[in-house]
Amino acid sequence: MATEPQTPAHTRARIRVGDGALTRRLLIGGVLLVTAFIVIAPLAAIFAHALSHGWAAYLASFASEDTRHAIWLTLFVAVVVVPVNVGFGIAAAWCIAKFRFTGRNLLVALVELPFSISPIIAGVAYLFVYGAQGLLGPWLQEHDIKIMFAVPGIMLASLFVTAPFVARELIPLMIAQGSEEEEAAVTLGAGGWRILTLVTLPNVRFALLYGAALCNARVMGEFGAVSIVSGNIRGQTNTLPLQIELLYQDNNAIAAFAVATLLTLVALFTLVAKAIIERLDAARTRALGGTPGH
Amino acid sequence: MNRVVPGFPLSLGITLTYLSLIVLLPLGALVWQALDIGWDRYVAILSGTRTAAAFRLTLATAAGATLFNAVYGLALAWVLVRYEFPGKRLLDALVDIPFALPTAVAGIALSALFVKNGWFGGPLAAIGIDVAYTPLGIALAMAFTSIPFVVRTVQPVLEDLAHDVEEAAATLGASDRRIFARVIFPAIFPAFLTGASLCFARSLGEFGAIIFIAGNLPGRTEVVSLLTFIRIEEYDYPAAAAIAATLLGLAFLMLFVVNMIQLWQQRRIGTGD
Repeated sequence: MATEPQTPAHTRARIRVGDGALTRRLLIGGVLLVTAFIVIAPLAAIFAHALSHGWAAYLASFASEDTRHAIWLTLFVAVVVVPVNVGFGIAAAWCIAKFRFTGRNLLVALVELPFSISPIIAGVAYLFVYGAQGLLGPWLQEHDIKIMFAVPGIMLASLFVTAPFVARELIPLMIAQGSEEEEAAVTLGAGGWRILTLVTLPNVRFALLYGAALCNARVMGEFGAVSIVSGNIRGQTNTLPLQIELLYQDNNAIAAFAVATLLTLVALFTLVAKAIIERLDAARTRALGGTPGH
Repeated sequence: MNRVVPGFPLSLGITLTYLSLIVLLPLGALVWQALDIGWDRYVAILSGTRTAAAFRLTLATAAGATLFNAVYGLALAWVLVRYEFPGKRLLDALVDIPFALPTAVAGIALSALFVKNGWFGGPLAAIGIDVAYTPLGIALAMAFTSIPFVVRTVQPVLEDLAHDVEEAAATLGASDRRIFARVIFPAIFPAFLTGASLCFARSLGEFGAIIFIAGNLPGRTEVVSLLTFIRIEEYDYPAAAAIAATLLGLAFLMLFVVNMIQLWQQRRIGTGD
C-alpha cells in the first residue's frame, strides 16, 4: 500500500536535490504535459467519440442484439471467473503466507507467472490443449465436448490471465500480518474454516476486495487470449472487447466507442475503489496505531 | 513450518492442482507442440523473411517504448515523491489507468487520436510526423500499456531513500547534478532497471493496444503477437507454435533478468551498501 509521502515543515525548509524552483517547475510541467497527451487525451477521446453524435446515437449503440449479447456474455464470464480466482488466491496466499516449506519461492514465482506471459501465448497454449489438434482434442471430440471457440474456452483463458491478481494482493499482506491471531484462535479451539472466515479474511478484506476488483476489470477487458480461443462468432462468443474490435472494423466508430465507454467506466470504477480502499486502510492503520496494511 | 495453524495440505493441494491445470498444462502443451516441429523446421520458420521482420520490428519498438518510459516513468516517480502540487493525488491515480483500461479500448483510443484526421494526428502530419500505421505508432501503443512499471517500481524506493546521505553530500558542497548521479541514481538503479525490464517484457507480447494503430502490413508494421494470431487463423499451427514458444522463451528470459536484478538489489540492501 502506498503511504503518503510526509513532508513536515521543518524538512521542507531544507534544500534538497531538485528543490530549486526552475528544476521543480520544469519537471512538474513536463510530466503533466506528457501525461495530458498520453493518458488523459485517450480517455477523453473515448467519451468524445462515443458522444460525437449526441446522446440518442450513443444510447442507440446498445440496442443492437449482438452488443447486448456481448454485454451479457462478459458479465457471465466475470461472474464465473472472479469467484474461482478469489478462491484460488485465498488458497495460494494461505499456504504461502502461513507456512515455510521447500519450493515456496518457486510456488510464488509460479503463481505470478501468468503476469509475465503475453495473452496471445496463453490463447495459443490453450488451443494446443483443447483444440482439434490439441492434447485433449481427439478425446473431447469423441465425447462431443466443445471447449474451444465456445464459452468454456473463454473462461479458461480468462482464468489463466487473471490467476495472480487476488493472490498477489493477499500474499504480502498476510505475510506482514503473521500468524499470531490464527494461532490464538487454534488455542481457543477454532477449526480451520472458522479461523479463515472469522479471523484471516476480515483482516485482509480490503486487499481481497481490491484484488477481486482488479481481476474483474481484467476479465471483462481481456482481448488477446480471448480473441484466440473465442472464434469471434457474432452474437455467440463475442465478449465486449471483441465486440469493440468488430464494430471498429465495421467502421461503426460511434458504437465501438460507446461500448468502450462501458469498459472504461469499469476501469475508472476500479481505480476509485482502489483509492477508497487505500484511504480506509490508512484510517484503520491510524486508528489501531499498527503497521500499515492491518 | 507452522505446526499450529491448520490447512496446509488442503491449501497447498488446491494451489498446486489449480496451477497445474490452468497454467502448466497449457504451457506444457505449447512447448510439446513446439518440440514436435523439430529443430530444422523451427529455424526455417523463425528465419523466414516475414517472421524475422516481425521479430526485428517488435524488439526495436519495444526498446523504443522502454526508453520512453525509462525517462517519463523516472520523472513521474520523482515528481510524485519529491514535490507537493495541486492535482498530485489525481496524477498518482492516473498512472494506473494503462493497467486498468482494456488494451482494445486503449488501442482504438490511441488510433483515433493519431490518425490523420485525429486530434494529434492532424497537427503531427502537418509537421511531417506520421504516427498511425507506422512503427512509431506501435512504440506509442507499447509505451502506453507499460507506463506504470517504472513508476511503481521506482516510487517506493525513492520514498524510502534516506535523506542524510544526500544532505551530507550537499554539506560537502556537491552540486545537485553530482548528488543525483552519485548518490540518488545508484540507490534507485536496481528498481529502475527492474521497471524497465518489466516494461520491455510487456511490450514484446502486447497485442490489443497495437493492432488498431499498427497498420499490420506484413514485413513493415506487423508485430510478433499479431503474426502468431494470423498463423493460428491460417491453421498454420507449427508456425504459430514456433513463434509463440519463442515469445515464451523471451518472457522467461526477461523473468530471469528481473529476478537477478532483484537478487542483486536485496544483496545490496542486505550489506547496507
